[in-house]
Amino acid sequence: MTTQTAGGGKRNGFLAGFAGYKKQYALCLMLLPTIVYFIIFKYVPMAGLMMAFKDFKINAGIWGSPWVGLKHFEKAFASRTFLRALENTIVISGLKILVGFPMPIIFALLLNEVRSLKYKKIVQTVSYLPHFLSWVVVAGLLNQLLSPNNGAVNYILTKWLGFEKALFFLGDNAYFRGTLIVSDIWKEVGWGSVLYIATISGISPELYEAAVCDGATRFQRLLHVTLPALLPTITVMLILRVGSVMDAGFDQVFNLYNSAVYKTGDIIDTYVYREGLGDMKYSFSTAVGLFKNAIGFVLVVATNAITKKINGSGIW
Amino acid sequence: MREKVSWADVLVHIILTLFIFSVVLTFVHMLVLSFSPGYVATKGGLHLWPEDPTLDNYAKVLKSKYIWLGYKNTILRTLVGTSLSLFITAMGAYALSKAYFPHRAYWTLLIVFTMFFSGGLIPNYLLVRDLGLLDTFASMILPGMVSAYNLVIMRNYFQSLPEEIEESCMIDGAGRFRTFISVVLPLSKPILATVALWLAVGHWNAWFDVLIYITDETRFTLQVVLRRILITGTQQMLESTQVQEMNDYLQASPEGLKGAAIFVATLPILCVYPFVQRYFVKGIMVGSLKG
Repeated sequence: MTTQTAGGGKRNGFLAGFAGYKKQYALCLMLLPTIVYFIIFKYVPMAGLMMAFKDFKINAGIWGSPWVGLKHFEKAFASRTFLRALENTIVISGLKILVGFPMPIIFALLLNEVRSLKYKKIVQTVSYLPHFLSWVVVAGLLNQLLSPNNGAVNYILTKWLGFEKALFFLGDNAYFRGTLIVSDIWKEVGWGSVLYIATISGISPELYEAAVCDGATRFQRLLHVTLPALLPTITVMLILRVGSVMDAGFDQVFNLYNSAVYKTGDIIDTYVYREGLGDMKYSFSTAVGLFKNAIGFVLVVATNAITKKINGSGIW
Repeated sequence: MREKVSWADVLVHIILTLFIFSVVLTFVHMLVLSFSPGYVATKGGLHLWPEDPTLDNYAKVLKSKYIWLGYKNTILRTLVGTSLSLFITAMGAYALSKAYFPHRAYWTLLIVFTMFFSGGLIPNYLLVRDLGLLDTFASMILPGMVSAYNLVIMRNYFQSLPEEIEESCMIDGAGRFRTFISVVLPLSKPILATVALWLAVGHWNAWFDVLIYITDETRFTLQVVLRRILITGTQQMLESTQVQEMNDYLQASPEGLKGAAIFVATLPILCVYPFVQRYFVKGIMVGSLKG
């Protein structure tokens, strides 16, 4: 939302605004499908969240089921599995930020040092590609490549690099989180660098020329010209990323995990899916989902407020 | 300012090339596997050159009716879903782009709020069930029809168009909707193309809605058929109707079949991708403009 409060509606006040609907009936009709959509498919489910405070019975429906207060939340926090999922969500997300967030920046900086335009173009085209594949396809590729029996990666590790035994990347709790983080980087690093590359290409060449005149080496130019120019973008991206810390990557985890790695890989979203649609514990899993969404909401609002303060404008 | 090649240059190129190799070799390896007979595919290792190549894997994948049904369903949902979403979103965005639209800020807030808070999995599922949409084509289209993000981006674009052109059209007697169709939309081709591409990729790659809303296997999209073959390891999706037909495919292997299935399903993306890539890059810049 822009901060255009000085528009026509304001002048007449809220109530007087209703006269406008008749005058703008054509525009109203155009907006109507959108509003109907949001009410049915977004706000009705939000109202459905009340079942987190009820004991949902299929026959009674959401409205007719009895209220039970915070029972499901208390049950969740007494559940080891939920606490494990909460912990995994924060740890996996945290690691993805810690290790994964700097990667597109490094990638953009490396690419900026390449002088051959043709090579640059090839690197960009190839590195963006995995982003456009679904996690279903990428998980299929990874299953094959990382297989402990005849996967290419384990072949290279044992035959070329002298590892004693094959590593079960997707079935061993010691490696599962690492596999998640590295595969996430592999899939998204190229695409994630687009914004940084664009920011770098917007830096005035005069700054670099001036730096050269002052005798700055290439590394010094990177450190004192390129990085400072990138800093505002980096700050905003980092803050936004932290705001979505409760999303540890459902598509990825769901397509890669199995019961052997629930201990390190089961996140809140996958837990909600299994409890809700697998075991039909509708009320309980809604409560867990609501808990996650509420925290996510607070984080996003808070991080946007911070961005606004730093940048003068938030994302909305 | 030409400088001499330093060790740093070499290092940069090595790192980038290694990364590019990890992407390219993954695809080459899978491609070779998909042409490999069983005894080669199960041998393990990195396959970069076909040994005793065979088309059996592809023959078996292409014989599965689910692959073809999946293709049909995916293409249908991509076409219908993209055009419907684009049209509805553009109309809504256009209405909200007018500063004189009554209570515009409140309507916008109603939409934008959904970007940050949602009912979540179970309430959404129950809604689709209660609407009687389970196992219908509509369950792949309606629940995600309008994205608040796309709407805001389009609204911003419409706001940047000069009002005078529309006004002159309306003075000529064209109605609001007519003006929208014949003046506003043609002027907005860049943003329409960008959002259409986003929507199309989203629909092509979507799998979760099908997984939870659809149980009828003939309505499965390609991604879900692929998921069954690749991840759940269900070979049933590839099974031929006649048992003795299996004997024709002694050369096929699970590894090769998975590779073939991946390429059959991803080929359209791999073909179109090089040509549309730059539009996506442009799109990211549009999206990064502040809302």
